[in-house]
Amino acid sequence: MNTQTFIPSPDDFQPAASLVSVEQISRPSLSYWQDAWLRLKKNTRAIISLYIIIGLALFTLAGPYVWMVDPALQDLNQISQTPSFPKTAILVASYQRWSGVVFDDFPAEPEEFLDVIPPPDNLRVDDVATTQRVRLVWDPVVGAGGYNIYRNQRLPESINDLGLPLGSALAGNEVSYEDRLNLEARQYYYAIVSTDGFDESDSYSLLAVTPQLTVTLDEAARRGLVDGDSGTKAGHEIKLEFHPLGTDYLGRDMLARLMQGARVSLFIGIVAPFLYVMFGIFYGGVAGYFGQRLDVLLMRFADFVVALPFLLFIILFKIGFGIGPGESGITPMLIALVLLGWPATARLVRGQVLQIREQGYIEAARLLGAKSHYLIIRHIIPNTMGVILVTLTFAVPAAIFTEAFLSFIGMGVAPPTPSWGSMCNEGVKTMLSHPHELIFPATLISITVLAFNLLGDGLTEALDSKMRSRE
Amino acid sequence: MLIYTLKRLLAGVITVWFIATATFIAMHQVPGDPLMNDKAVTPEIRRNLERKYGLDKSVPEQYFIFMGNMLKGDFGISFTQQNRKVNDIIRDHFPVSATLGVLAIFFATVGGILWGALTAIYRNRLPDIIIMFLVILGISVPSFVFAALGQLLLVNINSLVGASIIPVAGWGTVSHMIMPSLVLGLGTMALLTRLMRSSMLEVVNEDYIKTARAKGLSPIRIFFRHQLRNAVLPVITVLGPQIAAITTGGFVVELVFAIPGLGRYFVQAVQQLDYTVIMGTTVFYGAFLVLMVIIVDIFYGFVDPRVRLK
Repeated sequence: MNTQTFIPSPDDFQPAASLVSVEQISRPSLSYWQDAWLRLKKNTRAIISLYIIIGLALFTLAGPYVWMVDPALQDLNQISQTPSFPKTAILVASYQRWSGVVFDDFPAEPEEFLDVIPPPDNLRVDDVATTQRVRLVWDPVVGAGGYNIYRNQRLPESINDLGLPLGSALAGNEVSYEDRLNLEARQYYYAIVSTDGFDESDSYSLLAVTPQLTVTLDEAARRGLVDGDSGTKAGHEIKLEFHPLGTDYLGRDMLARLMQGARVSLFIGIVAPFLYVMFGIFYGGVAGYFGQRLDVLLMRFADFVVALPFLLFIILFKIGFGIGPGESGITPMLIALVLLGWPATARLVRGQVLQIREQGYIEAARLLGAKSHYLIIRHIIPNTMGVILVTLTFAVPAAIFTEAFLSFIGMGVAPPTPSWGSMCNEGVKTMLSHPHELIFPATLISITVLAFNLLGDGLTEALDSKMRSRE
Repeated sequence: MLIYTLKRLLAGVITVWFIATATFIAMHQVPGDPLMNDKAVTPEIRRNLERKYGLDKSVPEQYFIFMGNMLKGDFGISFTQQNRKVNDIIRDHFPVSATLGVLAIFFATVGGILWGALTAIYRNRLPDIIIMFLVILGISVPSFVFAALGQLLLVNINSLVGASIIPVAGWGTVSHMIMPSLVLGLGTMALLTRLMRSSMLEVVNEDYIKTARAKGLSPIRIFFRHQLRNAVLPVITVLGPQIAAITTGGFVVELVFAIPGLGRYFVQAVQQLDYTVIMGTTVFYGAFLVLMVIIVDIFYGFVDPRVRLK
């Protein structure tokens, strides 16, 4: 029998020799967010979308300070201009009447009525053709008692296709015409047909004319294109206002309108989802955490709101709260979107919270004495962040779409406040003649929505292995 | 199964009641009253008119009258077109919208399942890339842009052929229906394709597919009998809410293509503040959408036994 008891002393203990493994891999351990960021960076589409969104943010916030043109300024001389480089125009004096050309030694009425009346020769422009006036002169035709003048914007194919009847010269020796009707700086085709007072001839002469862009001195002074005393006179070239993306149907600069529209659309598109996601988090978190009867009650209410037809209610809201004169209609739409959008987030957050609630660390923290609010704020909410972030990123394009759609049918922001949707609405009306008015806002909407969708896809892949779509 | 259906129906009825009440409240929030636009009338005539339309009664009384009429199916007379009852407007124009919607859903579903299955078969190869690119475009570009572009395409086709073979606007013949329903179904088709794709890829990894392959079934049989059927389930789930999306998208398509459907009348009524038409069509649409969701849920209950045995 061993009666000796062993009493350990500090000398009995010695530090063990440390083993350093050759194959030890050391790498800094990453937090969840760092890992997610790395994964996101590898996704090229998502990174490009991120850059696009940052670019849009700059366009919206800093744009109006760089491109300082008033978006509400209407210039009815420049309706529906296509995008172009800065245009120059020639200064001219105000319109002076032209006496025209009349040949005295030529009969005014035809001396004999021919079967075939030839068309006039030598159709030419007298003096430079400008958008102020185009003066046409031609040689008189034997047997003509008058001439009819037509203008077309494209090459006429036959005698029946001569275009707009501008007017007539009512005598055989009156061989001039001055056109002042809505002249633009584009190519026109003038056609002259001789008549004998009764029938028109079957042949015509053609002349292609491109008038030069001009501005009268008074007009230029009024629009602020010239200084009063800088000594510019008729004949000088001046620069017109620059509209890089053209103008709309009221002559307002498109670029400035797009920037202001961006502010409206993106404000609604980002603030509304942000608000309703916040509310959804709170609602879903409370429902999921406290569970049982409270959960059932809250979710029933949420189900009702979900079952309501979304668009109908938004329209009713807008009518019910009305838009007074001078208001822009942004606030009712914001309120409507928030009130009808929160249940989806609430349901998602509630599902996540129910899952997380069963995890081990929640139980452990509670055993250590944590209160409810501490658990919710410190453990549950941060772990739902992944789902929340993805929901937010997909909610933004949905809100932008809804706002654009409502503005398109006229139930969105009230004019003159621009929004991309209402600009599309106006653009559709002139789609065939001036497509640029539709293309720019539509492209911007599409790019924004696309960028947010791709970013949302990237975030889904990066943040949650369960939510990642299998490739 | 029966209890499942009954519960859904009851919830639906309560929802429709809620919609009707909310519509009524919203209508009475609008400043002014429906007789504002009439020409100046003497006070006696105005009082008679108010009595006729029931506007002189208190709001709760008006509410009960409104509810009573609605239960009888009477939505009143349109204020702007005073010789038409709202019921007649709905009856005349809803079939047009319904046809448009049904065609759109048909295109969207068939197209979505087809393209989705194709992308799953040719995963990560060229067809997949092309289709997914088109799908992303389809989800991002707003429906009214597609409508406008669709019209432009028709104009160009007609001018190329030289004659008007496909009408650009209006309604009546089959050729009137093609482009609007295609345009209307595009957004949903893109969404369904995407859904179908991820669903197919999930199903492929399921155990029963492995079993089927181990048993020696031919790939075609596995594809049609097991993969396709199971992957279609999420598509059906999403179809219910998508019907609502197609209904609202129909407003735009009807506007752009000048189709005389109920959506266009609804938008016009909203713009002209024609209260009876707004109320009637809102409640009608609301009831219709609730019904559609219930039908789809019931159908889903048939297709997926797990739901009704819960």
